[in-house]
Amino acid sequence: MNAIDWEITLLQALLYAAAAPLLAGWIHKLKARLQNRRGASIWQPYRDLYKLFSKETRMAHTASIVFRAAPYIVFAATWLAAAAIPLLSTRLASAAMADVIAIAGLLALARFFLALAGMDVGTAFGGMGASREMFVSALAEPAMLVAVFTLTMTAHSTNLASVIDFNLQASSLLRPSYMFALAGLILVAVAETGRIPVDNPTTHLELTMIHEAMILEYSGRHLALMEWAAQLKLLLYGVLLCNVFFPWGIAVDTAPGALAGSLLAIVLKLLLLGVALAVSETVLAKMRLFRAPAFLNLALLLALLGLLSHVILEVGL
Amino acid sequence: MATHPLWWAGAAIGLALLSSLVSLFSARQPGVLRWLVSPLFALAGLSAVAAGLLALIDKDVATATLPLGLPWLPWQVRLDALAGFFLAVVGTISFAVGLYAPGYLRGFEGGDDSLPALGGFAGLFLTGMLLVVLADDAFLFMVAWELMSLTSYFLVVWHHDHAANRRAAFLYLLMAHVGALSILLDFGVLAALGHGFSFSAMRDAELSFGWATATFLLAFFGFGMKAGLVPLHAWLPEAHPVAPSHISALMSGVMLKVAVYGFIRVVFGLIGQFHWQWGVVVLVIGSISALMGVLYALMQHDLKRLLAYHSVENIGIIFIGLGLAILFLSTGHAVIGTVAFIAALYHTINHALFKGLLFLGAGAILHAAKERDLEKMGGLLRRMPWTGLFFLIGCISISALPPFNGFVSEWLTFQAALQAWQLDSGVLRSIVPIAAAMLALTGALAAACFVKVYGVAFLGQARSRPVRRARPVPLSMRLGQGVLAALCLLLGILPTFFISLLNAVPEGLLGHGLQQATSHGWLWLTPVSAQTASYGAPLVAIILLLVLVAGLWLFGRGIRRVRRCDTWDCGFSQPSSRMQYTASAFAQPIRRVFGLLFHIEEGLEGSQPDQQRYRLKVSDRAWGLFYLPVARLVERATRQVVRLQSGNIRIYLGWTLGTLLLLIWITV
Repeated sequence: MNAIDWEITLLQALLYAAAAPLLAGWIHKLKARLQNRRGASIWQPYRDLYKLFSKETRMAHTASIVFRAAPYIVFAATWLAAAAIPLLSTRLASAAMADVIAIAGLLALARFFLALAGMDVGTAFGGMGASREMFVSALAEPAMLVAVFTLTMTAHSTNLASVIDFNLQASSLLRPSYMFALAGLILVAVAETGRIPVDNPTTHLELTMIHEAMILEYSGRHLALMEWAAQLKLLLYGVLLCNVFFPWGIAVDTAPGALAGSLLAIVLKLLLLGVALAVSETVLAKMRLFRAPAFLNLALLLALLGLLSHVILEVGL
Repeated sequence: MATHPLWWAGAAIGLALLSSLVSLFSARQPGVLRWLVSPLFALAGLSAVAAGLLALIDKDVATATLPLGLPWLPWQVRLDALAGFFLAVVGTISFAVGLYAPGYLRGFEGGDDSLPALGGFAGLFLTGMLLVVLADDAFLFMVAWELMSLTSYFLVVWHHDHAANRRAAFLYLLMAHVGALSILLDFGVLAALGHGFSFSAMRDAELSFGWATATFLLAFFGFGMKAGLVPLHAWLPEAHPVAPSHISALMSGVMLKVAVYGFIRVVFGLIGQFHWQWGVVVLVIGSISALMGVLYALMQHDLKRLLAYHSVENIGIIFIGLGLAILFLSTGHAVIGTVAFIAALYHTINHALFKGLLFLGAGAILHAAKERDLEKMGGLLRRMPWTGLFFLIGCISISALPPFNGFVSEWLTFQAALQAWQLDSGVLRSIVPIAAAMLALTGALAAACFVKVYGVAFLGQARSRPVRRARPVPLSMRLGQGVLAALCLLLGILPTFFISLLNAVPEGLLGHGLQQATSHGWLWLTPVSAQTASYGAPLVAIILLLVLVAGLWLFGRGIRRVRRCDTWDCGFSQPSSRMQYTASAFAQPIRRVFGLLFHIEEGLEGSQPDQQRYRLKVSDRAWGLFYLPVARLVERATRQVVRLQSGNIRIYLGWTLGTLLLLIWITV
């Protein structure tokens, strides 16, 4: 661990925060096109954030300190979790600081405070959103961890940088366990980032919303931080899927040329992922809440199948 | 002399007994009762911590023979690293409880229940727990165990006005003794094979696989009963909540740990051999306990019952760690086995800390608002900010979220489980990751449960008048909670320091420690190796804090005044406290998905449409599936035995003679 690693780490963390709204804008734009609309510019999320940061922040009479602190905690925890996932280079100091279980823990910390903030004002919607969020995540988190366990048991490490290094050197990533884990993790990512068919990020229809219900009372810079954290989370899951399962192009050192190539590679991968997400969101409809367990059980089942096919078929190889 | 760990342990026992005696003889002096009994209790706890820490640092084994006991069987005590660790656990919580008690007990002054009796039994209870940990022969162990069980019975039944409390206490007494019977049989087997009641004789006993398994099963049943493993757990959520809250903290936080101590002492210390079959049994039962515990906890709306069910969950997590340890040690993976063992020990002290803290918090709410039902709480954070802060720390810790302590032990357990690829058998390789998946589900559900608890109790608006008028609790109660909350944070951000202390326990018990875990400096926790996994707990905490402060400075410009407005009401009437989500409503989606695991009765009461009330009762399946059938079986068996009782003394004497002859025939 030397100074340049920490510099790369800091650079990557800043890049995460800067690029998160762009991915959201790209998906918005694609979805609009698929629905035969022109749609807003892909820079629109930046304008929205700027607008929200400069607006006045107001709080309900009944809100407490938890409501006020939550946006900062949610953003800090999500950002830290993102910073520990290799974006450009696997020479990442923060990957040793927080391994994949700690990343899941940090995301859980963010969710914990998000749900508490939802319940703080004491409205029916906030409680409803918190209840549903914790319900969905309680089913999604084990699926995510099990899918990740498959990778970590293959690479013999829970450090994501080491996992990616291992995958880069592996002769083939076409293992049955990886296919199952990838499928499971995609379903989890959809559920955790609040996308269709589990939640709809654009809805404000009271009875169907989950994430939006929790942040309904927020305004101004608080709302901006919450929105930004949600965009970060989307980018985080995108990078996790892209860089772990399709690691090609990522730099293994800190040479500027390699980093530039790595940036190009991840941008391409994320653009493609955005297309896939926009298409799936356009052709699918949101499910009823009580269909979500079946969706998430499928994710858990796929992840478990991946794990079992790893420990039974592949360990001896 | 004063630096000798046994001296401090003796001082702890002496102070605990003194606290008990002072309490019993000061019925007329409420001042003495208030200002002497609890401080003595706290001092006893502090001495126990000193004894434990010295034993952990010295790594020496201190023994002594007491001038008590039977002439041919004097009581022996022994303070090794394992005993030292558990002394420290018992002592820490007792210290916090001793600080907390003066304020809490003021609420009972002038009531019907006897405060001298409460203090007296509490002191004896602590004495019993300390002696169990120190005992080095089966005789003293059983005497101390009974002292602990019987005094805790009197503490449970202290509020004896309600029939439900008496019933819960009786159930507790019954279960404690079924467990004690099993432990007694266990020591019987070991004493017979080792030719002596002292633990040193038992350690030398040569056990065949069959006898070793029999001892293991008896110990697992006996100590598992006391620890509250599923399906034996049903007494626990009945008994623990009805005691006064600081006693509940001791029972859930500490007494369950003493049962864990007994299990470790017998299986890891006395039997001295490991078999993978045992590991599988412990792992499976532990996983089921963890999952069922948290699922039942989610269904509760009585705060103290909910916390008691979480004890079942956390004991399950501790036993997952112990099961993994047995599994890896029996297959020759000493390093991974030690990681799992350390994880179990770390979770033991973590659970003691945050469960103690949460029970003290529940007691503070009870003290301030006379309310245990979550459905009537709300908005308490604004009424009692300090308790709210400490309770929040407890909630985050128990939900295993970084950077607090619960996360460290769950992380270590996961690290041990993820080494399953080293095992040779395909079956074991599949069982271990499935257990890890259940642990992941447990953690996520625990977080959901504590969002429910904190959100309903401390946030939102008050749902009843006493809660709306709750006052902050006295300083002593805040201090008691604050100590535990600070320790929760400390164990969360400095795990390397505590693990290097804990290392003495596996070194003494298994012959090797976990040096590599802390070999990369205090910043990095690397249980197996730096390549396999590392966790920089202090860094995570510092960076989180830095980002938080930077965020506040950048966007908040310090704490700027924020204009207040009305809550959004959809254009209808102003939201009232009755429109908030209740605890039952919060858990409804989970109740629906896991419905088969509960016994649910729900429906509408009342015939008039405008007077109908929704009724919901969720009860434990363990009653119908395990407890009641066993009770019926026992009743049927006793009816058969009644035939012996003719009422004729000659026939009774005949039975006695027959039994005597049989025993002589067997033994000679």
